[in-house]
Amino acid sequence: MSSIISVANLSKTYGSGFKALKNINLDIRRGEIFALLGPNGAGKTTLISIICGIANPSEGRVLVGGEDIQTSYRKARSLIGLVPQELHTDAFESVWATVSFSRGLFGKPKNPAHIEKVLKDLSLWDKKDNKIITLSGGMKRRVMIAKALSHEPQILFLDEPTAGVDVELRKGMWEVVRGLQQSGVTIILTTHYIEEAEEMADRIGVINKGEIVLVEDKTTLMQKLGRKRLTVHLQGKLAALPESLSPYKLDLCDGGATLVYDYDTKGERTGITSLLGDLRTAGIRFNDLDTTQSSLEDIFVDLVRTS
Amino acid sequence: MNHRAIRAIYLFEMARTWRTLLQSIVSPVVSTSLYFVVFGAAIGSRISEVEGVSYGTFIVPGLIMLSVLTQSIANASFGIYFPKFTGTIYEILSAPISHFEIVLGYVGAAATKSIILGLIILATAGLFVPLHIHHPVWMLTFLVLTAVTFSLFGFIIGIWADGFEKLQMIPMLVVTPLTFLGGSFYSIDMLPQGWRTVALLNPVVYLISGFRWSFYEIADVSVSVSIGMTTAFLVICLAIVWWIFRTGYRLKN
Repeated sequence: MSSIISVANLSKTYGSGFKALKNINLDIRRGEIFALLGPNGAGKTTLISIICGIANPSEGRVLVGGEDIQTSYRKARSLIGLVPQELHTDAFESVWATVSFSRGLFGKPKNPAHIEKVLKDLSLWDKKDNKIITLSGGMKRRVMIAKALSHEPQILFLDEPTAGVDVELRKGMWEVVRGLQQSGVTIILTTHYIEEAEEMADRIGVINKGEIVLVEDKTTLMQKLGRKRLTVHLQGKLAALPESLSPYKLDLCDGGATLVYDYDTKGERTGITSLLGDLRTAGIRFNDLDTTQSSLEDIFVDLVRTS
Repeated sequence: MNHRAIRAIYLFEMARTWRTLLQSIVSPVVSTSLYFVVFGAAIGSRISEVEGVSYGTFIVPGLIMLSVLTQSIANASFGIYFPKFTGTIYEILSAPISHFEIVLGYVGAAATKSIILGLIILATAGLFVPLHIHHPVWMLTFLVLTAVTFSLFGFIIGIWADGFEKLQMIPMLVVTPLTFLGGSFYSIDMLPQGWRTVALLNPVVYLISGFRWSFYEIADVSVSVSIGMTTAFLVICLAIVWWIFRTGYRLKN
């Protein structure tokens, strides 16, 4: 798949001397949903701001649709729609006026039919004449998405799109994003909700302390780094683990009623068979077993801790 | 050139004027009328004529300039400061629009408002005193030149300000005193020799003098000096705006 955004050796040092981005190299594929994960202050917003033209890079190069964001900024920027993290809106404007303003700002001729479609897709049509100040937080967020989509961008940046949005609305937002992807828009989202990345993304990038720690297909990432956990529910309670089981590094939980065994699905041997054999040899009886796959959240926490 | 973007910014800013019609248009007209009552009627009755023109008529160009200067600065500084304050500036910065086009949109709208305002005040003045404009084209030229220059100056203040206090500070502490001392209400010939020299250091003197000349053909300094000084100030403002965008000063960190 071809890259629609190509970031090469990008660094950003703020006036204070703080290095927000350190030699970032990243390619975003056309048509994908790319989730950028990272703790607060990792550099997610700085990276987006540079690509969109809001901040100047210190070093490096960014191409958007093959156009350099500095020398060919008009072409590059007209491909992008940006929904920033904070709800920045013109409080006293109507929804229709503010969305139409955005389209004009991006140099597109008037197209009421398109604006109507965007507002309808985002369930804002009945609010089109309302002043933004009268809208709820979730609606304001959708107004910002509508503004970003007003000029028919090929790329949409969503910086924390569902921060502070309730569960119901968040799911609605995911539907909108999926719909956009189906219409051919490439989507880059940053999020704190790992669940969101897990649910939505095709690929995941993890950024920490200004460096890209990892970029991977979501499924590959889950398989590659996924650890599984076997929980053994015992028939009786154990006071202590027998010496013969010490190599398995088991945890005795629930006051001795369950044994927890973490294993790596990547490994040639998971050790389950021998563990079960050794349990029997030790005379430990159990009445149930279950396994769980570690979530993206666990993977993420691990990565950020070790990087 | 992204014409549609310039138009979008321009119309957006103009729409703000219509929404805030009371502050934007009505209040300057009311305050100007008060100046006429206080200066024209109360004080004017004690000053018979200034260089062959009745005092009430004499102060008209100065009063228009006073409003045009302060309103150009206020409109343009607020126009660009407000998106910075609310954060909506992100959209302007991420749009496919050049710095020149941004300035054209904001400064164009601010200048348009002040020109309209100047003409409304002129019409209001006509209700109080008889007016005759000797050089209407020059009058308009000075009006437009001043509105554009001080809108640019306001734009610079709006970018520089990082709080509402700063937004008010320059207009209050620098521009208003300079305007009052710039011969809005008197001819600098009426000053003692020492103060006259000091007054010539005030750039506003040249604006008001030139503008008054276009009305009554009386001037404190020669017209060409007035035009030269106004243009010089315009060029300085343009240079600062160019520098702001080149460096991203207070806009892009």
